[in-house]
Amino acid sequence: MGFPHKPHPKETVVLSKYFGDAEARSLKGWKKRGGYEMLEKALAMDPNAVTEEVKASGLRGRGGAGFPTGLKWSFMPKEPKKPHYLCVNADESEPGTFKDREIMRWTPHGLLEGSVIAAHAIRAKTVYVYIRGEFTEPWTIMEQALAEANGAKLFGDIKVYLHRGAGAYICGEETALMNSIEGKRGNPRIKPPFPAAAGVFGMPTTINNVETLAAVPHILKNGAEWYKKLCLSNPKSTGTKLLSICGHIAQPGNYEVTMGFPLKDLLYECAGGMRPGRTLKACIPGGSSVPMLNREETESTLLDYEGCVERGTMLGSGGVIVFDDTADMVYQTMRLARFYAHESCAQCTQCREGTAWTTKILERILAGQGKMSDLDLLLELADNMTGKTICVLSDSCAAPVVSALKRFRSEFEDYIAGRRKPVLAA
Amino acid sequence: MSATHLPAGTEAYEPVFVGRTLEELQKVLARYPTKQAALLPALWLVQRERGWISDRNMAEVAEVLSLTPAYVKGVVTFYTMYHQHPVGKHFVQVCTTSPCNLCGAEDVVRAFLKTTGAGEPGATSPDGSWTVIEVECLGACGFATPVLVDEDFIESVTPEKVPEIVRKYR
Repeated sequence: MGFPHKPHPKETVVLSKYFGDAEARSLKGWKKRGGYEMLEKALAMDPNAVTEEVKASGLRGRGGAGFPTGLKWSFMPKEPKKPHYLCVNADESEPGTFKDREIMRWTPHGLLEGSVIAAHAIRAKTVYVYIRGEFTEPWTIMEQALAEANGAKLFGDIKVYLHRGAGAYICGEETALMNSIEGKRGNPRIKPPFPAAAGVFGMPTTINNVETLAAVPHILKNGAEWYKKLCLSNPKSTGTKLLSICGHIAQPGNYEVTMGFPLKDLLYECAGGMRPGRTLKACIPGGSSVPMLNREETESTLLDYEGCVERGTMLGSGGVIVFDDTADMVYQTMRLARFYAHESCAQCTQCREGTAWTTKILERILAGQGKMSDLDLLLELADNMTGKTICVLSDSCAAPVVSALKRFRSEFEDYIAGRRKPVLAA
Repeated sequence: MSATHLPAGTEAYEPVFVGRTLEELQKVLARYPTKQAALLPALWLVQRERGWISDRNMAEVAEVLSLTPAYVKGVVTFYTMYHQHPVGKHFVQVCTTSPCNLCGAEDVVRAFLKTTGAGEPGATSPDGSWTVIEVECLGACGFATPVLVDEDFIESVTPEKVPEIVRKYR
């Protein structure tokens, strides 16, 4: 298995402190590093106090939406009349993102600790950790950690179960994830009702991302004030964020930085910059669902929720995809559209037809069969795919297409005008 | 389960959920408030035992979990990791989504197809040993190109490393 890099001096190492330290995976090793002390503390606390502390820290969901975690927890009923559930979203499948996998591989007990603290805060007695089916190695490591923790009876009356996905990106959408746990097709549900009112099995439920939960023990240990101070730019974005860097970059991997860190420094300093002799062309900073940036925009982006929005994109899940001057932006846009077409659950027409049609148009452009009017057609389709469906999968397909057309239109025109040789068979 | 509930078919059917596998399913059932929730785990057990999930298997799962065969099929067809037909002894999944694509994933696919003799994506090699498919994002983009061979997740695969990997599984 791949070992992580040694942390760069500009990183703020909190969640990734024990990445690469195999001993930290065992219960004994984890306890030796101070693990599970916060669980003990939290279980003795009033659930509301735990929620308040997390609220005060400013922690926001790390799966992509950036919703305030403490606020989400506070939506759960205070007096449980029905069973409450916590679902841990470990269905990491957003192209460009591979941070949750690393958390599970190296610090499985950290995730379990954070999850059980969260379960206590929302008064849930059952936790389902939904791990994508392809993550065979994280599954084995989590299974072993869970067996050890259960053997030591660390979780009181809170039960934790692993649930294996079976190959569906859409199950990372929280309502689809709940349907999948229930033994159904992973179709997202219409909201409301929101999960806190009627979630998995119709019961009050909270769904949190792996990285979000892994941060919780650190917040309890060092205090909300400490976490709030981890902020380089906008005070609404606090803490550290794991950024997965991949594509055309010298040193791909996970880098943990304080919120508000310049994307430029992340690329050129932490991750070693471009490959020799290459220059930056484009970057998707938050996983494939967010708009791509050109070089100038990339180099002036600050990595927090607001900083990314200011440049017309989003922090999303923190999957940074780098394209250098060798990248064919038309081909890569087609690959992204094909991804969404493949992963559409197909219940909404705009998404089912839109993702497939978008892919088809891009394929014909790449085959030298495109027309100039196709570019307007792509934009029109994207408009019909944005904000009109049950979940945001179709919006996510439109985002890279629209942003690529805006920034790299001439590359599309080159294929259509025959200035560039077709790369796909007609 | 009684034979009368099986779909039409003359060949004898060996149920999956007997002995140890049935015990495993019962343990799974205890984790959820509904029987239906054990469907994905039950299908994983079938695939582990039989290598793929046939219509007859789906009917058995439906019976065991008090569902209908049509419902079970609807779920099986939704999730890409369940095989609805037999595949090679070794099943290779190569990620070719954008980040891996940038790093040469399509060359890795070609290398696997050639080295294993599988020929084209989704086809099985003539000796029945290998099936190679392209898959969308495996969630290990920083370790391009990730490849799943059966249940083994292999990182940073390049075309040069493919013959060695194939040899290991032969």
